[in-house]
Amino acid sequence: MPRHRIAGIALRYVLLAWIALVFVFPIVFMIVSSLKPDLQLLRDSGSLRAFLPVGDLSFGNYAAAFERAPIARFVFNSVFITGATLVWSLLLCSLAAFSFVFLEWKGRTIVLSVILATFIVPFETIAIPLLLIVNNLPWIGLDGFKIGWLNSYHVQIIPWIADALTIFLFVQYFKDLPRDLVEAARVDGATWLQVYRRVIIPLSGPVLATAAILKFLAMYNNQFIWPIIVVQEETYRPIMVGLMYFFQLNTAWGEIMAYLTIITVPVLAFYLALQKAFIASIASTGIKG
Amino acid sequence: MGEVQFKSVRKEFGGVRVIHDLDLSVPEGSFTVLVGPSGCGKSTILRLLAGLEDVSSGSIAIDGTDVTYKEPSERGIAMVFQSYALYPHMTVAENIGFGLTLAKRPKAEIKSRVEEAAKILQLEELLDRKPKQLSGGQRQRVAIGRAITRNPKVFLFDEPLSNLDASLRTQMRVELAELHAKIGATMIYVTHDQVEAMTMADRIVVLNAGKIEQVGPPMELYGSPATVFVAGFIGAPKMNLFEGLLAERNGCETYGIRPEHISISTDAGDWQCRLRHVEHLGSDTIAYVDSDDHGPITVRAPGSYSISSGDTVYLSPQREFEHRFRNRQRI
Repeated sequence: MPRHRIAGIALRYVLLAWIALVFVFPIVFMIVSSLKPDLQLLRDSGSLRAFLPVGDLSFGNYAAAFERAPIARFVFNSVFITGATLVWSLLLCSLAAFSFVFLEWKGRTIVLSVILATFIVPFETIAIPLLLIVNNLPWIGLDGFKIGWLNSYHVQIIPWIADALTIFLFVQYFKDLPRDLVEAARVDGATWLQVYRRVIIPLSGPVLATAAILKFLAMYNNQFIWPIIVVQEETYRPIMVGLMYFFQLNTAWGEIMAYLTIITVPVLAFYLALQKAFIASIASTGIKG
Repeated sequence: MGEVQFKSVRKEFGGVRVIHDLDLSVPEGSFTVLVGPSGCGKSTILRLLAGLEDVSSGSIAIDGTDVTYKEPSERGIAMVFQSYALYPHMTVAENIGFGLTLAKRPKAEIKSRVEEAAKILQLEELLDRKPKQLSGGQRQRVAIGRAITRNPKVFLFDEPLSNLDASLRTQMRVELAELHAKIGATMIYVTHDQVEAMTMADRIVVLNAGKIEQVGPPMELYGSPATVFVAGFIGAPKMNLFEGLLAERNGCETYGIRPEHISISTDAGDWQCRLRHVEHLGSDTIAYVDSDDHGPITVRAPGSYSISSGDTVYLSPQREFEHRFRNRQRI
C-alpha cells in the first residue's frame, strides 16, 4: 500500500478516535468522579487525573446518595413511566400508522397532516391547557372514581403515548413495505388486525427499535417540566425531578456524580441493546435520530 | 366449480374510467388468459375479482353467487402475485399453510395439506427454508403452493412469470399448464406476453383500453382476429398491417398479412423490396424489408434461407391467409 494512503488511513483513525474520546470523556469523568471523595474529585478536576480511576476509590458516594434521597423510588418511577408510555406508544402509534397507510377511509390524509403539524407546536404552549384538561378528567383506579389526574402515574403516561414523530416513523416505514404482502394476507383470509399482527409487525423490527429508542430518550430525559406541574408528591416523582430535588439537598459532587451515573445506566443499557437495529434503520431510512 | 361472471362491471379511479362495462363469462375449469398492453386494465379486472378493489358499478359472480361486495377470503379464490408476495419472516411451510392457520384448521390437517402441495410442486426439501434462501423459480412454486392449499374455486395469476429469466419462464409455463391439467380448477391468468397467452390458454381475452377486443381459443384469435388491435397484438413477429392503396385494392381500410404467410424469393414476386435487416434464429429467419410502395414489411422465412442485408427480394402474400378490416373490425 502506498505511504500516502497509509498516512491518510492513520489520520482518519486519529480523527475518529479523537471524536469518540470527546463524546466518551464526559461519561468517563462522571463514572470516575462518582467513585472519588469530594476533596480528591475537586483536586483532580484540573488535570487528566479527573478521567482516571486513581486515588481513593469507593462506592461510598452511591451509599450516601441512596441514603440522602429515595433514588430507588425515583428510578422505579422513571422506568415504569417510560416503559408504560413506550409500550403503549409503540402499539397505538403503529396501529394509527397502519390505518393511515393500509386502510382506506375518507379524510385520512387530512388527519395525518394535522397530526404531523403538531410537530411545530412547542410543549410550553400547550402545557397549561393540558393541565386544565387533565385536572378535570375522570379516572377509575384502585382507589375508586375521582375527578382529576394530578399526582398519579397515568398523568405522566397517557398524554405522551401518541406523538407525531412516532406515527410519522411508522407511516414512512409501512409505506415502504410491499403492498402485495398485505393483499396476499387478505386473500389468505387474514382480518386487518391479523394483517397487522402477523405480517406487518414481524417485519417492522427496525422501525420498532428506532421508535423505541427515540421515545425512550424523549420520555426518560425530558420528564421534568410536566411532572413538576402535575406531580407534587414524592411518590410519583421521576428521576429528573428527583435530580433537582437532590441538588437542593446538597452540593456533594461525588454523590451527584453517583446519582447521575445511576440515572444514565438505564439509557445506555437500552440504547446498547437496540443500537444495531437503530443504526440499521437510520441507515436505511435516512431519518436522523 | 369455478364459473366466473362479470356483468357490466365498471371501475373508475378518481373519475377516470379504466374498465368499461365489462361483460365476461369464464367457464368452469378453463385456463383463461387476460392479455393486453400495459395499462389496458387486465390486472385491475383480476383485482376486482379478488376483492382487492371495489367495483364502481356492475356485479361479479362465482358459481352463480354474487361476490361483488364480499371480502377477498370469502370468494373462494387464491391469487399468485407478480412479486410472489411470500412472507419473508415465515418458512416455506408456514407460507404455504398460512391460509389454513388463519382458518384455525387442526395442525395435523395443515401439515398434511402443506406436504401434499409441496409434493405436487417438488418443494419437500425446502419446507424449513425462508423465502430469501430460495431461487426465483422456487419462490414461484411456494406462491403457487400457498394458492393450492386453500383449495380455491378459482386461481388468479397476476403476471407470475415476469420476474423469471427466459428459460425458467418456459419451464414454469409447462409446469403451470400441467398443474392445471392435474387439478382441473378454473385458472385466470394475466399477462402482457402474448407468447404466454398463446401457449398456456384454452381461452384468451384480449383487452385494450379497458374494453374486451376479442375472446376465444388461441388459434381462433390467431387465425381470425376480430379487430385490427387483436391482429397486431397476437402473433410474433406481429402481423403486417397496411392502409392506403394496398388496402383499397383489396376492398378494405386495413389489410393484414402475417410474416409467416408471405413468400420470399430473390427471383420474382408481387412486391419488389430491399432487405434492410436479417435475424437468423436457427429455426426461422426473420427478414425486415422495405417496399417503395407499401413501406416496411416483416417476413418469416425458413431457418435455412440464406439472404443478406441490402439484397433485392420479391414478396408474395399467400392470398388464403389475408385479413381485411373496415372501421378497425374484421370483414
